[in-house]
Amino acid sequence: MTQKSYQDTLEALCAEDDRIVVMTAENRAAIRGLPPKLGPRFIDVGICEQTMIGMAAGLSLRGRVPFVHALSVFLTMRAFEFIRTDLGIAGLKALIVGGVPGFLSDGNGPTHQAIEDIALMRGIPGMHVFCPADNEELVQAIPLLTKTDQACYIRYYDGAAPVTHKSPVEVGKAETLTEGDDIAILSVGFLLKETVKAQQVLSDAGHSTRLCNMRFVSPLDAEAVRDAAKTCKLVVCVEDHFKRGGLYSAVIEQLADEGIHGNVRSIALDQKWFTPGRLPQVLDNEGFTGDKLAKRIEALFKETV
Amino acid sequence: MSGAENVGQDGAKARAALALRVREHIIRMATEGGCFIGASLSCADVIVHLYTEVLDIAPDRLDDDSRDYFFLSKGHDVPALYGTLAELGYIDKDRLKNHLSVDDHIYWHPNRKMPAVEFHSGSLGHLLSVSMGVATDIKLRGGNNKVYVMLGDGECNEGSVWEAALVAGAHKLDNLVVVVDRNEFQANIRTEELIPLEPLQNKWQAMGWHTRRCDGHDFAALDQAFTDLPFGEGAPSVVICDTVRGKGLPSIEKRADRWFVNFTADEIAQLLEELHGQAEAQLTSEALHVR
Repeated sequence: MTQKSYQDTLEALCAEDDRIVVMTAENRAAIRGLPPKLGPRFIDVGICEQTMIGMAAGLSLRGRVPFVHALSVFLTMRAFEFIRTDLGIAGLKALIVGGVPGFLSDGNGPTHQAIEDIALMRGIPGMHVFCPADNEELVQAIPLLTKTDQACYIRYYDGAAPVTHKSPVEVGKAETLTEGDDIAILSVGFLLKETVKAQQVLSDAGHSTRLCNMRFVSPLDAEAVRDAAKTCKLVVCVEDHFKRGGLYSAVIEQLADEGIHGNVRSIALDQKWFTPGRLPQVLDNEGFTGDKLAKRIEALFKETV
Repeated sequence: MSGAENVGQDGAKARAALALRVREHIIRMATEGGCFIGASLSCADVIVHLYTEVLDIAPDRLDDDSRDYFFLSKGHDVPALYGTLAELGYIDKDRLKNHLSVDDHIYWHPNRKMPAVEFHSGSLGHLLSVSMGVATDIKLRGGNNKVYVMLGDGECNEGSVWEAALVAGAHKLDNLVVVVDRNEFQANIRTEELIPLEPLQNKWQAMGWHTRRCDGHDFAALDQAFTDLPFGEGAPSVVICDTVRGKGLPSIEKRADRWFVNFTADEIAQLLEELHGQAEAQLTSEALHVR
Protein backbone atom coordinates (compact mmCIF):
# COMPACT_ATOMS: atom_id res chain seq x y z
CA MET A 1 0.00 0.00 0.00
CA THR A 2 1.38 3.39 -0.93
CA GLN A 3 1.47 5.69 2.03
CA LYS A 4 0.22 9.22 1.59
CA SER A 5 2.84 11.87 2.15
CA TYR A 6 2.70 14.35 5.02
CA GLN A 7 2.04 17.11 2.51
CA ASP A 8 -0.87 15.28 0.86
CA THR A 9 -2.33 14.47 4.26
CA LEU A 10 -2.12 18.08 5.34
CA GLU A 11 -3.66 19.27 2.08
CA ALA A 12 -6.59 16.87 2.46
CA LEU A 13 -7.04 17.93 6.07
CA CYS A 14 -7.06 21.61 5.07
CA ALA A 15 -9.80 20.83 2.53
CA GLU A 16 -12.06 19.36 5.17
CA ASP A 17 -11.20 21.63 8.10
CA ASP A 18 -11.10 25.34 7.31
CA ARG A 19 -9.61 26.15 10.72
CA ILE A 20 -6.23 24.87 9.60
CA VAL A 21 -3.55 27.27 8.40
CA VAL A 22 -0.06 26.18 7.39
CA MET A 23 2.85 28.37 8.46
CA THR A 24 6.56 28.22 7.94
CA ALA A 25 9.64 30.20 8.85
CA GLU A 26 10.92 29.68 5.33
CA ASN A 27 11.38 25.98 5.77
CA ARG A 28 9.27 24.39 3.08
CA ALA A 29 10.97 21.01 2.75
CA ALA A 30 7.92 19.04 3.84
CA ILE A 31 5.28 21.35 2.37
CA ARG A 32 6.73 22.61 -0.88
CA GLY A 33 3.63 21.85 -2.90
CA LEU A 34 1.15 23.54 -0.58
CA PRO A 35 1.39 27.27 -1.44
CA PRO A 36 -0.60 27.04 -4.70
CA LYS A 37 -3.10 24.70 -3.06
CA LEU A 38 -3.74 26.76 0.07
CA GLY A 39 -3.41 30.33 -1.18
CA PRO A 40 -3.54 32.78 1.75
CA ARG A 41 -3.88 29.91 4.23
CA PHE A 42 -0.21 29.21 3.56
CA ILE A 43 1.75 31.79 5.55
CA ASP A 44 5.51 32.12 5.17
CA VAL A 45 7.02 34.64 7.59
CA GLY A 46 10.60 34.28 6.42
CA ILE A 47 13.31 33.31 8.84
CA CYS A 48 11.45 34.63 11.90
CA GLU A 49 10.59 31.75 14.23
CA GLN A 50 9.49 34.00 17.09
CA THR A 51 7.16 36.00 14.89
CA MET A 52 5.73 32.80 13.47
CA ILE A 53 4.83 31.48 16.92
CA GLY A 54 3.39 34.82 18.04
CA MET A 55 1.28 34.95 14.88
CA ALA A 56 0.23 31.34 15.40
CA ALA A 57 -1.02 32.33 18.87
CA GLY A 58 -3.00 35.21 17.37
CA LEU A 59 -4.46 32.95 14.68
CA SER A 60 -5.30 30.36 17.32
CA LEU A 61 -6.99 33.07 19.38
CA ARG A 62 -9.31 33.56 16.41
CA GLY A 63 -10.10 29.84 16.22
CA ARG A 64 -7.54 28.69 13.68
CA VAL A 65 -5.41 25.58 14.06
CA PRO A 66 -1.95 26.56 12.84
CA PHE A 67 0.62 23.99 11.72
CA VAL A 68 3.98 25.72 12.09
CA HIS A 69 7.13 24.46 10.40
CA ALA A 70 10.81 25.17 10.94
CA LEU A 71 13.90 23.19 11.87
CA SER A 72 13.39 21.71 15.34
CA VAL A 73 16.36 23.44 16.85
CA PHE A 74 15.29 26.96 15.86
CA LEU A 75 11.61 26.35 16.43
CA THR A 76 11.91 24.96 19.94
CA MET A 77 14.89 27.01 21.09
CA ARG A 78 14.96 30.37 19.29
CA ALA A 79 11.21 30.63 19.75
CA PHE A 80 11.04 28.80 23.07
CA GLU A 81 9.80 31.71 25.13
CA PHE A 82 7.12 32.46 22.54
CA ILE A 83 5.94 28.85 22.62
CA ARG A 84 5.96 28.85 26.41
CA THR A 85 4.44 32.30 26.88
CA ASP A 86 2.08 32.82 23.94
CA LEU A 87 0.86 29.27 23.38
CA GLY A 88 1.63 27.65 26.74
CA ILE A 89 0.30 30.23 29.21
CA ALA A 90 -2.74 30.89 27.04
CA GLY A 91 -3.37 27.17 26.48
CA LEU A 92 -3.66 27.88 22.76
CA LYS A 93 -3.42 25.13 20.24
CA ALA A 94 -0.87 24.86 17.47
CA LEU A 95 0.88 21.92 15.89
CA ILE A 96 4.59 22.62 16.16
CA VAL A 97 6.35 20.63 13.48
CA GLY A 98 10.11 20.46 13.92
CA GLY A 99 12.29 19.32 11.03
CA VAL A 100 15.50 17.27 11.28
CA PRO A 101 15.38 16.66 15.04
CA GLY A 102 18.05 14.65 16.83
CA PHE A 103 20.45 12.65 14.66
CA LEU A 104 18.48 13.66 11.56
CA SER A 105 20.42 16.91 11.39
CA ASP A 106 23.31 14.62 10.36
CA GLY A 107 26.02 16.81 8.79
CA ASN A 108 24.84 20.20 10.05
CA GLY A 109 26.82 20.27 13.25
CA PRO A 110 25.90 21.19 16.83
CA THR A 111 24.16 24.47 15.93
CA HIS A 112 21.46 22.40 14.24
CA GLN A 113 21.25 19.53 16.72
CA ALA A 114 17.87 19.50 18.44
CA ILE A 115 18.74 17.11 21.23
CA GLU A 116 17.18 19.04 24.10
CA ASP A 117 13.93 19.76 22.25
CA ILE A 118 11.92 17.06 24.01
CA ALA A 119 13.06 18.36 27.41
CA LEU A 120 11.99 21.89 26.55
CA MET A 121 8.66 21.00 25.01
CA ARG A 122 7.54 18.49 27.62
CA GLY A 123 8.36 21.08 30.28
CA ILE A 124 5.48 23.25 29.08
CA PRO A 125 2.22 22.45 30.87
CA GLY A 126 -0.27 20.81 28.54
CA MET A 127 2.14 20.39 25.64
CA HIS A 128 2.12 17.01 23.94
CA VAL A 129 5.28 15.60 22.40
CA PHE A 130 4.90 13.17 19.52
CA CYS A 131 7.88 11.33 18.05
CA PRO A 132 6.70 9.37 15.01
CA ALA A 133 8.87 6.41 14.06
CA ASP A 134 7.97 6.70 10.38
CA ASN A 135 5.72 8.26 7.78
CA GLU A 136 2.91 5.85 8.55
CA GLU A 137 2.67 7.04 12.13
CA LEU A 138 3.16 10.67 11.15
CA VAL A 139 0.29 10.82 8.67
CA GLN A 140 -1.94 8.68 10.86
CA ALA A 141 -1.47 11.02 13.81
CA ILE A 142 -2.00 14.35 12.06
CA PRO A 143 -5.82 14.19 11.94
CA LEU A 144 -5.92 12.94 15.55
CA LEU A 145 -3.68 15.73 16.78
CA THR A 146 -5.79 18.30 14.96
CA LYS A 147 -8.80 17.21 16.97
CA THR A 148 -7.26 17.37 20.45
CA ASP A 149 -7.39 20.55 22.55
CA GLN A 150 -3.67 20.53 23.27
CA ALA A 151 -0.75 21.99 21.42
CA CYS A 152 1.64 19.32 20.22
CA TYR A 153 5.29 19.30 19.28
CA ILE A 154 5.94 16.85 16.47
CA ARG A 155 9.45 15.55 15.97
CA TYR A 156 9.05 15.26 12.21
CA TYR A 157 10.16 12.07 10.45
CA ASP A 158 8.69 10.72 7.24
CA GLY A 159 10.89 7.70 6.50
CA ALA A 160 9.57 4.28 5.53
CA ALA A 161 8.11 2.09 8.26
CA PRO A 162 10.68 -0.43 9.56
CA VAL A 163 7.97 -2.73 10.90
CA THR A 164 4.41 -3.76 10.34
CA HIS A 165 2.67 -1.79 13.02
CA LYS A 166 0.50 -3.67 15.46
CA SER A 167 -1.66 -0.84 16.71
CA PRO A 168 -2.89 2.48 15.37
CA VAL A 169 -1.51 5.71 16.82
CA GLU A 170 -3.36 6.92 19.90
CA VAL A 171 -2.42 10.00 21.90
CA GLY A 172 -0.33 8.97 24.91
CA LYS A 173 -0.14 5.31 23.95
CA ALA A 174 2.97 3.30 23.18
CA GLU A 175 3.00 0.36 20.83
CA THR A 176 4.42 -2.92 22.08
CA LEU A 177 5.98 -4.59 19.08
CA THR A 178 7.45 -7.63 20.80
CA GLU A 179 6.77 -9.06 24.23
CA GLY A 180 9.58 -10.08 26.58
CA ASP A 181 10.54 -10.17 30.24
CA ASP A 182 14.32 -9.99 30.39
CA ILE A 183 14.87 -6.69 28.66
CA ALA A 184 12.55 -3.87 27.58
CA ILE A 185 13.71 -1.37 24.98
CA LEU A 186 11.77 1.90 25.06
CA SER A 187 12.40 3.48 21.67
CA VAL A 188 11.87 7.08 20.57
CA GLY A 189 11.08 8.17 17.02
CA PHE A 190 13.02 7.11 13.94
CA LEU A 191 15.49 5.09 16.04
CA LEU A 192 12.87 2.37 15.88
CA LYS A 193 14.49 1.09 12.72
CA GLU A 194 17.66 0.48 14.74
CA THR A 195 15.99 -0.77 17.92
CA VAL A 196 14.04 -3.32 15.86
CA LYS A 197 17.38 -4.78 14.75
CA ALA A 198 18.76 -4.63 18.29
CA GLN A 199 15.70 -6.45 19.58
CA GLN A 200 16.26 -9.20 17.01
CA VAL A 201 19.94 -9.61 17.92
CA LEU A 202 19.19 -9.74 21.66
CA SER A 203 16.35 -12.15 21.09
CA ASP A 204 18.57 -14.40 18.96
CA ALA A 205 21.09 -14.34 21.80
CA GLY A 206 18.47 -15.80 24.10
CA HIS A 207 17.20 -12.67 25.88
CA SER A 208 13.47 -12.36 26.02
CA THR A 209 13.27 -8.76 24.74
CA ARG A 210 10.31 -6.45 24.68
CA LEU A 211 10.28 -3.57 22.22
CA CYS A 212 8.07 -0.56 22.95
CA ASN A 213 7.71 2.11 20.32
CA MET A 214 6.89 4.99 22.66
CA ARG A 215 5.40 7.38 20.06
CA PHE A 216 4.61 10.05 22.71
CA VAL A 217 6.97 11.28 25.41
CA SER A 218 4.16 13.52 26.65
CA PRO A 219 1.68 12.32 27.64
CA LEU A 220 3.79 9.32 28.56
CA ASP A 221 2.23 5.88 28.41
CA ALA A 222 2.53 5.26 32.16
CA GLU A 223 1.06 1.81 31.91
CA ALA A 224 3.61 0.64 29.36
CA VAL A 225 6.43 2.10 31.46
CA ARG A 226 5.11 0.64 34.71
CA ASP A 227 4.66 -2.78 33.20
CA ALA A 228 8.13 -2.80 31.64
CA ALA A 229 9.76 -1.75 34.92
CA LYS A 230 7.84 -4.33 36.96
CA THR A 231 8.22 -7.20 34.54
CA CYS A 232 11.63 -6.82 32.93
CA LYS A 233 15.03 -7.19 34.57
CA LEU A 234 16.35 -4.27 32.54
CA VAL A 235 14.60 -1.33 30.91
CA VAL A 236 16.64 0.71 28.40
CA CYS A 237 15.47 4.07 27.06
CA VAL A 238 16.96 4.70 23.62
CA GLU A 239 16.77 8.26 22.33
CA ASP A 240 18.69 10.69 20.14
CA HIS A 241 18.43 13.35 22.83
CA PHE A 242 20.42 14.53 25.81
CA LYS A 243 20.17 12.06 28.65
CA ARG A 244 18.72 14.82 30.81
CA GLY A 245 15.16 15.83 30.16
CA GLY A 246 14.04 13.41 27.47
CA LEU A 247 12.37 10.00 27.56
CA TYR A 248 14.69 8.59 30.22
CA SER A 249 13.87 11.48 32.56
CA ALA A 250 10.16 11.15 31.84
CA VAL A 251 10.28 7.42 32.58
CA ILE A 252 12.18 7.67 35.84
CA GLU A 253 9.98 10.57 37.00
CA GLN A 254 6.93 8.45 36.33
CA LEU A 255 8.34 5.45 38.17
CA ALA A 256 9.55 7.53 41.10
CA ASP A 257 6.10 9.13 41.38
CA GLU A 258 4.60 5.68 41.65
CA GLY A 259 7.27 4.38 44.05
CA ILE A 260 8.38 1.72 41.58
CA HIS A 261 12.05 0.72 41.67
CA GLY A 262 12.99 -0.66 38.28
CA ASN A 263 16.37 -1.22 36.67
CA VAL A 264 16.10 1.63 34.18
CA ARG A 265 19.07 2.70 32.07
CA SER A 266 19.68 5.24 29.36
CA ILE A 267 21.24 5.12 25.94
CA ALA A 268 21.30 8.76 24.89
CA LEU A 269 23.71 11.64 24.42
CA ASP A 270 25.23 12.18 27.83
CA GLN A 271 26.48 15.75 28.21
CA LYS A 272 27.68 15.97 24.62
CA TRP A 273 26.69 17.01 21.15
CA PHE A 274 27.24 14.38 18.51
CA THR A 275 29.93 14.42 15.88
CA PRO A 276 28.35 15.52 12.59
CA GLY A 277 28.47 13.36 9.49
CA ARG A 278 26.18 11.45 7.16
CA LEU A 279 23.40 9.76 9.11
CA PRO A 280 24.58 6.11 8.83
CA GLN A 281 28.06 7.13 9.97
CA VAL A 282 26.63 9.25 12.79
CA LEU A 283 24.59 6.30 14.03
CA ASP A 284 27.65 4.06 13.86
CA ASN A 285 29.99 6.58 15.45
CA GLU A 286 27.61 7.31 18.33
CA GLY A 287 26.80 3.64 18.89
CA PHE A 288 23.17 3.76 17.76
CA THR A 289 23.12 1.20 14.93
CA GLY A 290 21.08 -1.92 15.62
CA ASP A 291 24.19 -4.03 16.21
CA LYS A 292 25.89 -1.50 18.44
CA LEU A 293 22.71 -0.89 20.44
CA ALA A 294 22.42 -4.65 20.97
CA LYS A 295 26.02 -4.78 22.26
CA ARG A 296 25.46 -1.82 24.58
CA ILE A 297 22.24 -3.27 25.93
CA GLU A 298 23.86 -6.68 26.36
CA ALA A 299 26.65 -5.00 28.34
CA LEU A 300 24.12 -3.16 30.53
CA PHE A 301 22.38 -6.46 31.14
CA LYS A 302 25.61 -8.13 32.24
CA GLU A 303 26.53 -5.18 34.43
CA THR A 304 23.23 -4.67 36.17
CA VAL A 305 21.26 -7.92 36.18
CA MET B 1 -18.07 53.65 19.83
CA SER B 2 -18.15 56.50 17.35
CA GLY B 3 -16.14 59.48 18.36
CA ALA B 4 -17.83 61.88 15.93
CA GLU B 5 -20.01 63.53 18.55
CA ASN B 6 -17.09 63.99 20.88
CA VAL B 7 -14.65 65.53 18.47
CA GLY B 8 -13.85 69.12 19.18
CA GLN B 9 -13.08 71.02 22.31
CA ASP B 10 -15.90 69.59 24.41
CA GLY B 11 -14.88 66.07 23.48
CA ALA B 12 -11.30 66.80 24.39
CA LYS B 13 -12.43 68.18 27.76
CA ALA B 14 -14.50 65.08 28.45
CA ARG B 15 -11.56 62.86 27.65
CA ALA B 16 -9.25 64.93 29.85
CA ALA B 17 -11.72 64.53 32.73
CA LEU B 18 -11.90 60.79 32.07
CA ALA B 19 -8.11 60.53 31.92
CA LEU B 20 -7.91 62.32 35.27
CA ARG B 21 -10.14 59.67 36.83
CA VAL B 22 -7.99 56.96 35.21
CA ARG B 23 -4.92 58.55 36.78
CA GLU B 24 -6.65 58.41 40.17
CA HIS B 25 -7.07 54.66 39.71
CA ILE B 26 -3.41 54.32 38.72
CA ILE B 27 -2.28 56.22 41.81
CA ARG B 28 -4.46 54.09 44.05
CA MET B 29 -2.79 50.96 42.65
CA ALA B 30 0.65 52.27 43.63
CA THR B 31 0.44 51.09 47.22
CA GLU B 32 0.06 47.80 49.09
CA GLY B 33 2.57 46.20 46.74
CA GLY B 34 2.80 49.04 44.26
CA CYS B 35 2.81 49.23 40.48
CA PHE B 36 4.66 50.66 37.50
CA ILE B 37 3.21 54.10 38.00
CA GLY B 38 5.37 56.21 35.66
CA ALA B 39 4.75 54.19 32.50
CA SER B 40 1.05 53.88 33.36
CA LEU B 41 0.70 57.65 33.65
CA SER B 42 2.51 58.23 30.36
CA CYS B 43 0.09 56.21 28.23
CA ALA B 44 -3.15 56.97 30.13
CA ASP B 45 -4.30 59.71 27.73
CA VAL B 46 -3.57 57.60 24.66
CA ILE B 47 -5.47 54.60 26.04
CA VAL B 48 -8.41 56.81 26.99
CA HIS B 49 -8.38 58.29 23.50
CA LEU B 50 -8.29 54.85 21.84
CA TYR B 51 -11.17 53.47 23.92
CA THR B 52 -13.39 56.53 23.54
CA GLU B 53 -12.66 57.66 19.99
CA VAL B 54 -10.91 55.02 17.96
CA LEU B 55 -11.69 51.42 18.88
CA ASP B 56 -14.88 49.89 17.54
CA ILE B 57 -15.62 47.98 20.71
CA ALA B 58 -18.07 48.02 23.61
CA PRO B 59 -18.49 46.15 26.90
CA ASP B 60 -21.26 44.02 25.39
CA ARG B 61 -19.26 43.15 22.27
CA LEU B 62 -16.22 41.42 23.75
CA ASP B 63 -17.02 38.17 21.93
CA ASP B 64 -17.93 39.87 18.67
CA ASP B 65 -15.49 38.71 15.98
CA SER B 66 -15.97 41.98 14.13
CA ARG B 67 -14.79 44.13 17.07
CA ASP B 68 -11.55 46.05 16.95
CA TYR B 69 -8.78 44.48 19.01
CA PHE B 70 -6.49 46.32 21.39
CA PHE B 71 -3.34 44.60 22.61
CA LEU B 72 -1.22 46.06 25.39
CA SER B 73 2.25 44.76 24.58
CA LYS B 74 4.04 46.87 27.23
CA GLY B 75 2.11 45.02 29.89
CA HIS B 76 3.54 46.74 32.94
CA ASP B 77 1.35 49.80 32.36
CA VAL B 78 -1.80 47.75 32.83
CA PRO B 79 -3.10 50.08 35.60
CA ALA B 80 -3.82 52.61 32.83
CA LEU B 81 -5.80 49.98 30.93
CA TYR B 82 -7.70 48.72 33.98
CA GLY B 83 -8.46 52.29 35.05
CA THR B 84 -9.89 53.00 31.59
CA LEU B 85 -11.85 49.75 31.48
CA ALA B 86 -13.29 50.48 34.93
CA GLU B 87 -14.35 54.00 33.96
CA LEU B 88 -15.99 52.80 30.73
CA GLY B 89 -17.95 49.96 32.26
CA TYR B 90 -15.90 46.98 31.09
CA ILE B 91 -15.02 46.05 34.64
CA ASP B 92 -16.47 46.99 38.00
CA LYS B 93 -14.60 49.89 39.60
CA ASP B 94 -14.65 48.12 42.96
CA ARG B 95 -12.75 45.28 41.40
CA LEU B 96 -9.63 47.45 41.17
CA LYS B 97 -9.39 47.14 44.95
CA ASN B 98 -8.43 43.53 44.30
CA HIS B 99 -5.07 44.66 42.95
CA LEU B 100 -2.54 41.96 43.88
CA SER B 101 -5.17 39.79 45.56
CA VAL B 102 -4.65 36.11 44.81
CA ASP B 103 -8.43 35.86 44.55
CA ASP B 104 -8.54 37.95 41.38
CA HIS B 105 -6.53 38.40 38.19
CA ILE B 106 -5.36 41.97 38.72
CA TYR B 107 -1.61 42.16 39.12
CA TRP B 108 1.42 43.90 37.62
CA HIS B 109 0.83 42.56 34.11
CA PRO B 110 -2.35 41.88 32.10
CA ASN B 111 -4.23 38.62 32.41
CA ARG B 112 -6.69 37.79 29.66
CA LYS B 113 -9.13 36.38 32.17
CA MET B 114 -9.98 40.05 32.77
CA PRO B 115 -12.75 41.39 30.52
CA ALA B 116 -11.47 43.19 27.40
CA VAL B 117 -7.88 42.06 27.96
CA GLU B 118 -7.27 40.38 24.62
CA PHE B 119 -4.00 38.74 25.63
CA HIS B 120 -1.60 38.46 28.51
CA SER B 121 1.68 40.32 28.29
CA GLY B 122 4.63 41.23 30.44
CA SER B 123 7.39 39.69 28.41
CA LEU B 124 8.27 42.49 26.01
CA GLY B 125 8.27 42.05 22.26
CA HIS B 126 5.48 39.49 22.03
CA LEU B 127 2.20 41.14 21.18
CA LEU B 128 3.15 42.70 17.87
CA SER B 129 3.42 39.20 16.40
CA VAL B 130 0.35 37.94 18.30
CA SER B 131 -1.66 40.90 16.98
CA MET B 132 -0.38 40.13 13.48
CA GLY B 133 -1.89 36.67 13.76
CA VAL B 134 -5.25 38.23 14.62
CA ALA B 135 -4.90 40.79 11.81
CA THR B 136 -4.03 38.00 9.37
CA ASP B 137 -7.10 36.01 10.35
CA ILE B 138 -9.34 39.06 9.97
CA LYS B 139 -7.99 39.51 6.45
CA LEU B 140 -8.46 35.81 5.65
CA ARG B 141 -12.11 36.14 6.65
CA GLY B 142 -12.59 39.39 4.77
CA GLY B 143 -13.32 41.41 7.92
CA ASN B 144 -13.00 45.18 8.18
CA ASN B 145 -12.04 45.41 11.83
CA LYS B 146 -8.67 46.72 12.89
CA VAL B 147 -6.05 45.56 15.34
CA TYR B 148 -4.24 48.05 17.58
CA VAL B 149 -1.19 47.22 19.64
CA MET B 150 0.59 49.49 22.07
CA LEU B 151 4.35 49.12 22.41
CA GLY B 152 6.68 50.86 24.81
CA ASP B 153 9.66 52.71 23.40
CA GLY B 154 12.02 50.72 25.61
CA GLU B 155 10.28 47.63 24.26
CA CYS B 156 11.59 48.63 20.84
CA ASN B 157 14.99 47.33 22.00
CA GLU B 158 13.63 43.82 21.51
CA GLY B 159 14.67 42.17 18.26
CA SER B 160 11.32 40.43 18.05
CA VAL B 161 9.64 43.84 17.58
CA TRP B 162 11.68 44.56 14.48
CA GLU B 163 11.44 41.02 13.18
CA ALA B 164 7.66 41.27 13.42
CA ALA B 165 7.64 44.80 11.97
CA LEU B 166 9.55 43.54 8.93
CA VAL B 167 7.07 40.69 8.42
CA ALA B 168 3.99 42.94 8.93
CA GLY B 169 5.32 45.28 6.27
CA ALA B 170 6.04 42.41 3.91
CA HIS B 171 2.58 40.93 4.50
CA LYS B 172 0.96 44.35 3.91
CA LEU B 173 -1.15 44.16 7.07
CA ASP B 174 -2.99 47.44 6.60
CA ASN B 175 -5.53 46.53 9.27
CA LEU B 176 -2.78 46.70 11.89
CA VAL B 177 -1.94 49.85 13.86
CA VAL B 178 0.99 50.12 16.25
CA VAL B 179 0.92 52.84 18.90
CA VAL B 180 4.27 53.59 20.51
CA ASP B 181 4.20 55.16 23.96
CA ARG B 182 7.32 57.28 23.44
CA ASN B 183 7.96 58.31 27.03
CA GLU B 184 11.70 58.35 26.43
CA PHE B 185 12.53 55.91 29.18
CA GLN B 186 13.69 52.34 29.39
CA ALA B 187 13.16 50.81 32.81
CA ASN B 188 15.43 53.21 34.66
CA ILE B 189 17.43 55.03 32.02
CA ARG B 190 16.60 57.47 29.22
CA THR B 191 16.35 55.62 25.92
CA GLU B 192 18.60 58.11 24.18
CA GLU B 193 21.27 57.64 26.84
CA LEU B 194 21.26 53.85 26.62
CA ILE B 195 20.04 52.51 23.27
CA PRO B 196 19.04 55.55 21.19
CA LEU B 197 15.88 55.01 19.14
CA GLU B 198 15.81 58.19 17.09
CA PRO B 199 15.03 58.71 14.34
CA LEU B 200 12.24 56.34 15.37
CA GLN B 201 9.78 57.22 12.61
CA ASN B 202 12.39 56.47 9.96
CA LYS B 203 13.00 53.05 11.43
CA TRP B 204 9.34 52.10 11.04
CA GLN B 205 9.24 53.64 7.57
CA ALA B 206 12.23 51.52 6.60
CA MET B 207 10.22 48.45 7.60
CA GLY B 208 7.49 49.46 5.18
CA TRP B 209 5.10 51.18 7.60
CA HIS B 210 3.10 54.40 7.25
CA THR B 211 3.97 56.62 10.19
CA ARG B 212 2.63 59.59 12.14
CA ARG B 213 3.86 61.25 15.28
CA CYS B 214 1.95 63.35 17.78
CA ASP B 215 1.78 64.70 21.32
CA GLY B 216 0.31 61.79 23.27
CA HIS B 217 -1.18 64.11 25.91
CA ASP B 218 -2.98 66.47 23.50
CA PHE B 219 -6.40 65.11 22.58
CA ALA B 220 -6.77 67.43 19.60
CA ALA B 221 -3.45 66.11 18.29
CA LEU B 222 -4.56 62.52 18.97
CA ASP B 223 -7.80 63.23 17.06
CA GLN B 224 -5.77 64.26 14.05
CA ALA B 225 -3.22 61.47 14.32
CA PHE B 226 -5.80 58.69 14.42
CA THR B 227 -7.96 59.84 11.50
CA ASP B 228 -8.09 58.11 8.14
CA LEU B 229 -6.69 54.76 9.21
CA PRO B 230 -4.94 53.06 7.53
CA PHE B 231 -2.73 55.97 6.61
CA GLY B 232 -2.00 54.45 3.23
CA GLU B 233 -2.78 51.48 1.06
CA GLY B 234 -1.18 48.12 1.56
CA ALA B 235 0.94 48.80 4.63
CA PRO B 236 0.52 48.79 8.41
CA SER B 237 0.36 52.09 10.30
CA VAL B 238 2.24 53.32 13.33
CA VAL B 239 1.53 56.34 15.54
CA ILE B 240 4.40 57.41 17.74
CA CYS B 241 2.92 59.23 20.72
CA ASP B 242 5.35 61.53 22.51
CA THR B 243 4.58 61.30 26.20
CA VAL B 244 6.03 62.10 29.61
CA ARG B 245 6.68 59.42 32.16
CA GLY B 246 4.69 60.16 35.28
CA LYS B 247 2.49 62.67 33.40
CA GLY B 248 0.10 64.55 35.66
CA LEU B 249 2.23 64.30 38.78
CA PRO B 250 5.27 66.60 38.83
CA SER B 251 6.68 64.73 41.82
CA ILE B 252 6.58 61.48 39.84
CA GLU B 253 7.85 63.09 36.63
CA LYS B 254 10.93 64.07 38.65
CA ARG B 255 11.41 60.43 39.60
CA ALA B 256 11.04 59.19 36.05
CA ASP B 257 14.14 57.05 36.44
CA ARG B 258 12.34 54.98 39.07
CA TRP B 259 9.88 52.86 37.21
CA PHE B 260 8.29 50.82 39.96
CA VAL B 261 6.99 52.32 43.17
CA ASN B 262 5.19 51.25 46.31
CA PHE B 263 3.91 54.20 48.34
CA THR B 264 2.38 54.54 51.79
CA ALA B 265 -1.29 55.39 52.20
CA ASP B 266 -0.30 58.92 53.21
CA GLU B 267 1.80 59.37 50.10
CA ILE B 268 -1.08 58.13 47.95
CA ALA B 269 -3.38 60.71 49.57
CA GLN B 270 -0.84 63.44 48.82
CA LEU B 271 -0.44 62.26 45.22
CA LEU B 272 -4.20 62.36 44.68
CA GLU B 273 -4.20 65.95 45.91
CA GLU B 274 -1.25 66.78 43.71
CA LEU B 275 -3.10 65.36 40.71
CA HIS B 276 -5.87 67.87 41.39
CA GLY B 277 -3.52 70.82 41.46
CA GLN B 278 -2.49 70.88 45.09
CA ALA B 279 1.06 70.98 46.38
CA GLU B 280 3.55 68.37 45.29
CA ALA B 281 3.59 65.25 47.39
CA GLN B 282 6.47 64.73 49.79
CA LEU B 283 7.63 61.27 48.83
CA THR B 284 9.99 59.41 51.09
CA SER B 285 9.33 55.78 50.13
CA GLU B 286 12.28 54.38 48.24
CA ALA B 287 11.41 53.44 44.70
CA LEU B 288 12.46 49.99 43.71
CA HIS B 289 15.11 49.60 41.10
CA VAL B 290 14.12 46.53 39.16
CA ARG B 291 17.31 46.34 37.15
